[in-house]
This record gives sequence, structure tokens and C-alpha cells, in this order.
Amino acid sequence: MNVTDATVREPAMGPADPSLLLKWYADLLLIRRTEEKLITLFADGEVPGFIHLGIGQEAVSVGVMNALTPSDTIASTHRGHGHALAKGMSLKAFFAELMGKEDGLCRGRGGSMHVADMSIGMLGANGIVGAGISIALGSALAHKSLERKAIAVTFFGDGALAEGVLHECLNMAALMKLPLLFVCESNGWSEFSQTAKQIAFSLGKLADAHAIPYARVDGNDVVEVSVSAAECVASIRAGSGPCILECATDRVRGHFEGDSQKYRSAEKLSLLPVSDPIRVALAHLTNAGIPDAKIKRIAEVTEAKIEEAIAFARNAALPEFTSAFEDVYTAQGS
Amino acid sequence: MALLNFGRAINKALSDALEQDPAVILIGEDIADAGGSFGVTRSLKERFGARRVIDTPISEAAIAGAAVGAAMCGLKPVFEIMFMDFTTLVMDAIVNQAAKAHFMFGGQCSVPLVLRTPHGGGMSAGPQHSQCLEAWFAHVPGLKVIVPSDSHSAYGLLRSAIDDPDPVIFVEHKALYSQKSEVSDTPEALPLGKAAIVRSGSDVSIVAYGAYVHIAVAAANALSARGIQAEVIDLRTIQPWDESTVLASLSRTHRMVIVHEAVEAFGVGAEIAARMADIGFDELDAPIVRVGAPFMPVAFSPALEKAYRPSEDRLSAAVLRTLE
Repeated sequence: MNVTDATVREPAMGPADPSLLLKWYADLLLIRRTEEKLITLFADGEVPGFIHLGIGQEAVSVGVMNALTPSDTIASTHRGHGHALAKGMSLKAFFAELMGKEDGLCRGRGGSMHVADMSIGMLGANGIVGAGISIALGSALAHKSLERKAIAVTFFGDGALAEGVLHECLNMAALMKLPLLFVCESNGWSEFSQTAKQIAFSLGKLADAHAIPYARVDGNDVVEVSVSAAECVASIRAGSGPCILECATDRVRGHFEGDSQKYRSAEKLSLLPVSDPIRVALAHLTNAGIPDAKIKRIAEVTEAKIEEAIAFARNAALPEFTSAFEDVYTAQGS
Repeated sequence: MALLNFGRAINKALSDALEQDPAVILIGEDIADAGGSFGVTRSLKERFGARRVIDTPISEAAIAGAAVGAAMCGLKPVFEIMFMDFTTLVMDAIVNQAAKAHFMFGGQCSVPLVLRTPHGGGMSAGPQHSQCLEAWFAHVPGLKVIVPSDSHSAYGLLRSAIDDPDPVIFVEHKALYSQKSEVSDTPEALPLGKAAIVRSGSDVSIVAYGAYVHIAVAAANALSARGIQAEVIDLRTIQPWDESTVLASLSRTHRMVIVHEAVEAFGVGAEIAARMADIGFDELDAPIVRVGAPFMPVAFSPALEKAYRPSEDRLSAAVLRTLE
């Protein structure tokens, strides 16, 4: 099933709304705890291959997705678990995919780097840095061409600032006034190197050069991200063309799981919890007067949900080679 | 029946597809206002509007990636890359994204895009505007590759390519654009993966595609005067190629020559020869011979390019070798 036009609902808004704060906290915690479980599952060999964790970056996924509707599309990155789950991917099918099972969303063909769910407009994580940007550009073109109300969002890291295709897409999106939101997750790292040593420009100036509206926010604060994302999305939906949202955040784990991060200062790493998006969200909950019991309850529900999903994935069947081989091309007449 | 040149036949296929399917869009450099660098998309923007016939900046990687994303989200993009040599710039979108999306995402989506691009030499266009790179794409699971030889096959195969749910590389030989051949007044789609026997013969099978079908027919006609009857197969589709038609021909003639303009080493001919040597071994009365370009870049000087491109004489000599 390809992405088609679906009913467009009004996005939720209002950062002070306690029920929204609770929902965001639950979403953040689900992504965080899922990835923390993955650390163990990966170490134990239950999740094979390469995984890239977004621990520390969850507020970007949750904040941006709050502004989106189910018919909006997103193209993600190799660090895409948070995007997938925040967009609404089934947790059971997510774990099953990462364990290489038939019940995985991609029937065990893609794994962590390719989680996708077309039914919710999640056009795929991507193993190639920057590749999702042009896919989102095309998705935005389709939305505009077919006169849908939907918009497309591309997530990319600051490492992708060095990819030429970003410049091509910024130019084309601006020229064609496409409904496209560029979300840069600036965690300061380009794989194993500091982005500051790789990039001679700023994204803000690049945005200026293309006359694309640009905002930079604290990407660890889900409220700040969601307010800015909602503004960007409203402008894009109004037909004003693309926007760029740069979210300053932190990559807590290495480039990939198992990366010892010897290239990073231990002292700076130890300071990261101060800006942790879960702590920031908890502070918002406390300020809003949400009782502790409610917060605890969210944690319990989250744990149960994850355990159930992992159990499902463990019991799921392994994929058959023949059915994979038959899917190299689309079955004709279907 | 009407005589239509190859470029106009492609234009008609695009025009008919745009008219019959609102999901079809054309996208590429200079295809709208300028009508394409070889004039293939001329007048289509005037007819279907700038929202469906879209000029882009010189950004091949973004165009190709956009075609992938658009194809995943309800459109059927047909995008043009001005010269096949420039497909080096679209490789990620085509090889890593388009070719794999259906498989990699567990069959959740298809990528119904067509990449149209001209290949081939003969114009002194030099090393970066003359290459035949179809074997690269044929090597990638998930892609289909088509090389039509005349107006009839260009129209019919392009209509099928646009309707196909998977990514298709549609390769047009530059030398064919101005060549006229017959097209039905009500042309129809031709199936992908099906070759055509364009000349019957009992002594040797010549497998060719694209512009080289005409060279194969010319060689066969000349050989006929010497009492040698060559069968000529127009492959039409390189991936998936029509193994059964080729094998059936070999079973009749017991000799085979494969000719293409692309570099001979690791090429389409190598694949066909290897398969026939395997499944057709008992049919063979002579070694299978390939005729392709030497292992060197295409050169600019007409003197060098002429020597580089496989000639009718080289093909005839290869045919005679199989009959020694």
C-alpha cells in the first residue's frame, strides 16, 4: 500500500495543556525505554546487525510529530527509531523487524536502518546519510501535485549538512514552494567527528541564502520543539513553502551501538543528563502540577507495553527465503 | 500506419500517458519550456501545464530522489536525465532507494518511476556524453531496463514502463531520435521482458538491442548474399531479458553472436553468453561470440570513435567465426 490521501485532522496544540504534556511524556518515555531495551537485546545478540540509537534526541521526534496528522509523510535517517515510534508505528511490529522476524513491518528485510510504515506516512529510515531529504522532497511534490492538504517532513542530522543533495533540495523546495519541513537534529556529531570541524557554514545562513524561514530551538525541550514545529507546519500548510527547523540536541550513545566514543570527552558526556529531554519534560509536568502517581503510572504502562512487544517479537516466526525472493519486484496483476 | 520518428513516438507515448493517467508527471532539466535537449518532450508543457511537466534546476540527485518519494506517494514520475553518462549522479536514489524499496519495506510500497535517458555514441560527444551504461542498472535487483530499437517498440515499451509498478530505466539511443519507422494509428503497449525476432534465419542467431538491431539486420542482409541466413533477435528488454526466446533461437541455429555498443567486458552480452553456454550447451555447434566496444572510454575524434564503435564488418566477421 502506498501513501494516499487520508482524512486530515486538526493537529493538537497548546503546550500548557496538561493532557498533552502527559501524552508527550509518555511518547518520550516509550522511545527512551524501547531504545534502552535495545541496548540489552543488541548486546545479547537478539537484535543483529547495526543499530543507531537516538537516546537524548527523543524530544525532536515527539515535538515535531505533534504538529503532524496521519496523512503527513516523514522521511527519516539511520537514527530513526524515535521518528517511527512517534509517528505511530506498532511497537510489536517494530521489535519484530529489529529481530529479523516475519511479523516485522518490513518482514525482516530492512531491520533497524529501514523501519517503515506506509500506512502512517513513515517513508522509511534510511541507511544513506541525506537520502531521505530528496525522498521527502518528492513526497511533498506529490502532496502538492495531487492537491492534498498533507505536508512532508525530512529529518536529518547535522552530519548531513555536508551532503550536496541537501543544497539541491533546499533550492528546489524553495523554487517550487513545496510543503516540506526540513528538521535538522543537530547533535554536534557527524558520525565519529565533530560537526564543527566539518562544516564551514551555519544552517541559519544557508536558510537565508534560500529565503527559507528558519528557526533554531532547544531540541531537548519537547514543548519548545512542538511550539516551533506547529508554527512551521502552519506556515507550510498555508502554502508559504518550506521551513527549516534546527533542533539542538545531544547524541548520548555512540554513532552506532557498541561505539565506545573514545573520541568524546568523558566530562562532557557526564553532563548530558542535565539537558535530558525526559528530565526537561518531567519538569514541565511538575510545574503543571501533575501528581507523581500519574507519572509513575505512565512508566508502568510503558514498561508493560514494551515487555509485551518484546515477547511478541521473540515468539514471531522467522521469514521464509522464498517469499523474500518473490518480492524483489511487485507482483503483477495485484 | 504512419511513419513516425523515434523521438516523436516517445513524445506520443508520454502524451498519451499524461492524458490517460492523472498520476503521471514528467520532471527533468529543460524538458518543459525547452522541450528537452533532444526535443522529445516538445509541446507537452503547453498541453498539460507546468504542474505536470516540470522543469528543474541542474540537480540530478534531487530530481531522482524526488521521483522516488513522489512514486511512493501516489504519482508516476517519468524523469529525464539528459545523457546516460549523467546517471552517475542519480545512483543513490536509483540503486539504494528505488530498486530496494518494495523489497526492503516488506512489499508495503512500490516505486512506479521511469528514468528516461539517451545513450550511445556517433556524435563526437566525447567520453562523458556517449556511454552505454545499461549493464550497470541490469545488475541491480529491483530495476528493469529497456532499450527500444524503433518507433513501434519505443511507444509500446514506454507505455508499459510507465504503467509498471517498479522502477524502469528506459534507454534511448541518440542516433535513433530522427529515424522514422512505422507506428500503428492506434498503437498499443508492448509487454516488458519479451524479445522480438525481427529477421528469421536458420544458420546463426544474432542478439542485439537498441540501435544495434539495425546494424544486425544490415549485417544479416549482407550475409544472406553469401548464403548465410542469420536470425536477428531484438532483445527490447535487458532486464528481465527474454531467455526463452533467445534459447529457442539458439536451438534452431546452434550458433550465436551477441552485439552491443556498450563495452564488451562484463556486459549484457557476457550475461547472455554465460546463460546460453549453461542452459543451451547441448545446442551449441560453435563458441558464442560477443561483439562490443573495446575496454576504453569513448573518444571524441570521429576517427577514434569510428574505430571504437562495433561496426557491421566486425559483426559479420564474428558471425563468420561461428561458422568456421
